[in-house]
Amino acid sequence: MSERSDLLHDTSSSGQTVVLGGGPAGPGRGDREFEVAERSQWRMARRRFFRHRLAALSLFVFILLALVAFVTPYFWKWKYNSDPSFDFSVSPSWSHPFGTDDTGNDMFAFVLRGTQQSLKIALFIALFSTGVGAVYGAVSGFYKGWTDSLLMRFADVVLTLPIYVVAAVLGANVGGGTWWLIGLIVGGLLWAYVARVVRGTVLSLREKDYVEAARALGASDWRIISRHLLPNAMGVIIVNATVLMATGILTETALSFIGFGVQPPDTSLGLLVNQGQTAVFTRPWLFWIPGIFIIVIVLTVNFIGDGLRDAFDPQQTRVRS
Amino acid sequence: MLVYTIRRLLVTIPLLIVSSFIVFVMEASTGNPLDAYVGHNPPYSAAFLHAEKIRLHLDQPMVERYVNWLIGILHGDWGPSVVDRHGVIREQLFQRLGVTVRLIFVAMVLAVVLAIIVGVISAVKQYSFLDYTFTFTGFLFLSLPVFWFAILLKEGGIWLNTNVFGQRVFDTIGEASIPPPHGFGSVLLDDFGHLVLPTIVLAMTSYAAWSRFQRGSMLEVLGSDYIRLARAKGLSRRRVMVRHALRTALIPLTTVTALDIASILGGAVITETIFQWHGMGEYLLSGIRNHDVYPVAGWLLVSAAFVILFNLLADLLYAVLDPRIRYE
Repeated sequence: MSERSDLLHDTSSSGQTVVLGGGPAGPGRGDREFEVAERSQWRMARRRFFRHRLAALSLFVFILLALVAFVTPYFWKWKYNSDPSFDFSVSPSWSHPFGTDDTGNDMFAFVLRGTQQSLKIALFIALFSTGVGAVYGAVSGFYKGWTDSLLMRFADVVLTLPIYVVAAVLGANVGGGTWWLIGLIVGGLLWAYVARVVRGTVLSLREKDYVEAARALGASDWRIISRHLLPNAMGVIIVNATVLMATGILTETALSFIGFGVQPPDTSLGLLVNQGQTAVFTRPWLFWIPGIFIIVIVLTVNFIGDGLRDAFDPQQTRVRS
Repeated sequence: MLVYTIRRLLVTIPLLIVSSFIVFVMEASTGNPLDAYVGHNPPYSAAFLHAEKIRLHLDQPMVERYVNWLIGILHGDWGPSVVDRHGVIREQLFQRLGVTVRLIFVAMVLAVVLAIIVGVISAVKQYSFLDYTFTFTGFLFLSLPVFWFAILLKEGGIWLNTNVFGQRVFDTIGEASIPPPHGFGSVLLDDFGHLVLPTIVLAMTSYAAWSRFQRGSMLEVLGSDYIRLARAKGLSRRRVMVRHALRTALIPLTTVTALDIASILGGAVITETIFQWHGMGEYLLSGIRNHDVYPVAGWLLVSAAFVILFNLLADLLYAVLDPRIRYE
């Protein structure tokens, strides 16, 4: 499916054939329908990614949003933790672009703070669970046998633990909703999914000739895992990381909405939606703006993930010449 | 296959024990349910507090409490509850399971049908305007926070009730009116009014991922050789699509939906909270909030058992539908 998408984009975007491969054109070059591209995996992936226009646009929007969320608060006069203004429940205007709530809090400052928190937590979840899950899954798949069964049964146990219980118990009692603790809790449950996927990939990779060759050359187990298996599973791992980032934002905002996540006086987009839930029609800015921020963030992350899936698809080693 | 099934079921028993032990200890070690009685005016008597302590087995060490609970379940006793003093947890759990099933059944059927239709059309008309539209809407619903969407529909329903209909058409609180209306017809209508909005929430947020999945598997099948052969033999396009392509392309979807539905049987926590349905999810949340160990542990047993059973069911179904797969 992705291969065909590649072909389509190729003809539709440029209309002319793209000659790939660095060296001088040998005799008969171009006669064949397909050329094996002489490009590094990363350069090819980057090319394919930016050909997925929606993904490229999403990356741009996402970076822009992150910049706005992390930089603007330094220049904005209202802070999420400063004293509220005396404008109660005013609709969006130049002095309060996102309006204010009934205690006079400037929603622009709050939404930016919420976006910061949600992005930080989601990134933490994605990095933590992908990192731990990838290594865990690779070790499990590499050693097979008893080690594998034992490690995977433990992952199964983790998968049965309900996130609400863990978040309520650890979050409410230990840290009271610090951002990295929420990330740690959600990531501490999600890594098991990554571990399963990576294990499956590694199980097939470990039978490849280059692993055999590396072992014949005297490479240690750890070297084979870290230098051969994990880099070759990188496509799967990166795609999973973006999916987890999207899951992470939705999970964190849902937890904060229920009351098991970020706690006031700090704020998160989920908490803001919770506080604005009775104002859907009366003071729409309180409900719609944080909601739309969540949707835009998750949507862009999902499209970036879709672009990465196209870019890293292992079936796409052939590039049309 | 029977041996395989039995082996798989045996493996799940230690899994359930370990997982419920972790949850039990976590829940029991972080909060004393009797704290709720402290500072009450007039104060509770020391005798009452002591009796509660005995009733809830708070005087026993943790491991002993857990083992006793496990043995009790074999006798049908799921332990005492802090809040629901006279209720039986076992009955509560199954009653709430019923509510959750009632909540999700129609939604899941709708979501599966929608996912198949959208996925197949997307795949057959790949890169058409229709495909792009379906893809974008799919991604949009995939990115929608359930709680936001649920509140939007709930408040929208209330707004329509007051401003357009002038009477209550959409019910936004609970699973049935209290007291229930008289007559079979009105009861049905009442159930329907309560179901509409949560069903839309659950169906629309579930179909999105499935339709993407169905599109992928349909595309894979359409690109395979036997489809080309069937067309080359002269079979009509329609016949090939329905009899050859769709049948095979549905196999992966059964697995995915089975797993997703299993996890939602543990309660559509957010939807139940917002529409105030007294289902499994709400039971879990109230258990957590009241530091009520036994309901939470009981909830875990039931929901984890469903996940494991549906997992197994999905694997077996896969073998039945796809003759290339054999379990020994």
